[in-house]
Amino acid sequence: MIYFNNVSKVYNKDSLVLNDITLTITSGEFVSIVGHSGAGKTTLVKMILADDVPTEGTVFFESINIFKLKDGDLTKLRRRIGVVFQDFKLLGNKTAYENIAFAMEAVGKTNEEIESDVPHVLELVDLGSKMFNFPHQMSGGEQQRLAIARAIINQPELIIADEPTGNLDAINTYEIVQILKKINDLGTTVILTTHNRGVIDSIGKRVITMEKGRIIRDDKDSKNTI
Amino acid sequence: MVMIELKRIIKAGFINFARSGVISWAAVLVVTITLSVITAIILLQAVLHFSLDQIKDKVDVTIYFNVNAEESKIISLKESLEKLPEVEKVSYFSANESLKLFRERHQNDYSTIAALDEISSNPLGGYLNVKAREVSQYESIANFLNGDNTLVLGSTSIVDKINYHQNKIVIDRLNNIISGAQKLGFLVTLILIIISIIITFNTIRLAIFISKEEIGVMRLVGASKMRVRGPFMVEGAIYGIIATIFTLIIFLPVTIYLGNNMTNFLGINVYDYYISNLFQISVIVLLSGIFLGIVSSFIAIRKYINK
Repeated sequence: MIYFNNVSKVYNKDSLVLNDITLTITSGEFVSIVGHSGAGKTTLVKMILADDVPTEGTVFFESINIFKLKDGDLTKLRRRIGVVFQDFKLLGNKTAYENIAFAMEAVGKTNEEIESDVPHVLELVDLGSKMFNFPHQMSGGEQQRLAIARAIINQPELIIADEPTGNLDAINTYEIVQILKKINDLGTTVILTTHNRGVIDSIGKRVITMEKGRIIRDDKDSKNTI
Repeated sequence: MVMIELKRIIKAGFINFARSGVISWAAVLVVTITLSVITAIILLQAVLHFSLDQIKDKVDVTIYFNVNAEESKIISLKESLEKLPEVEKVSYFSANESLKLFRERHQNDYSTIAALDEISSNPLGGYLNVKAREVSQYESIANFLNGDNTLVLGSTSIVDKINYHQNKIVIDRLNNIISGAQKLGFLVTLILIIISIIITFNTIRLAIFISKEEIGVMRLVGASKMRVRGPFMVEGAIYGIIATIFTLIIFLPVTIYLGNNMTNFLGINVYDYYISNLFQISVIVLLSGIFLGIVSSFIAIRKYINK
């Protein structure tokens, strides 16, 4: 599904963020990318969204070279991917309902579809009672659940969760990981980045360990690596 | 689908405006200042044009004819002059009318009237009063008169004198002043409008800068450029519309004050001018406001949307 072909990224002369990464992620996988801050995890996943550009190499989504896409095609590709960020990146001046509705409007869903699906997905992440709350009126865990709801609303083929538990306590972290596992069980490919090994212990799926821009380990079953 | 998208964009623009609170009103305030400058310039231009028109109206060229000049020749000259594109109006005063006007002008000057009464015949000839469309065109009218052979009767000219040659220096100077005032007015207008546009653009840019992260998020969730940019442009238009209303209201008391206190100084009742041209001024200010708001938003968002 995703193929990184000898990808390197240099921000300036002495800052090699990604160093010759070659990686394949197949459809339906749950891949955790673990590493310390600055290991290159976020840069790696940003490239799948073409939110960052490699200095060398390229990234393919299925057979599409992401960096050769025109603006309109890139927008269409992004609609096939759901994204969850550490800092939630919700639209601050929109309610929970509107945040999700916006993602649906972006892909051209009708008002009827929006009115029927948004309450349903909010119930799914246990935010039915917070439908008309703004993000700043919600806790960190609730905001992250809202971000996940937004990411899954259009039933994407891939979910990228970039440090989704970084700002959360243990209980919320557990909840978020369970939601991501459920999403993966339903067939959606999930890429999770974290600096916290504890988070991935409970998942038991493929773990890629990064250090200083390189993949130093790629274990198909994380339980064997700890 | 396009209509649904358009409706969503317009709705989002209104919601964003309402929810941005102080930032929205700060932008409206700055656009109001810009539109006030534009309105003030419109009124200043009106005052300037009115003053210049009054000065221009006082300038004319008079062709005085000899007593024995044939009226048919004068009428023929009048018709020739009226055909000139530079000429706005030609008035003919016959010898009798000249005398009548002269008597009226000097009715309190007994010695002059007594001297006239002594003479049995009319000592005054007729004259043509010529008004050009522009002050600068009097010279070409004078040149036309100098080159016209019909003005010669036998070996002598039927023209007694043309006062253009006496007034030439004053007319030239006036011409320079009018042209200078117009150029200066245009330059000041241009500078003020450019400054206002820059200030407005930067204020709207600041308002959009605050939302730059959200713009990035919208793009990452798959929103098209138009879907992201549209609501900001609608917001910009709303700034323009509200600022227009404020500007038009602000100028009511301002022009009432100017009309009551400055009419003699300015030579024009600014309030009357403002009210009688309110529709045109409103349209100019509204279009300027909407244009400024939309274009500023369009340009300001470009930096953050190209990802």
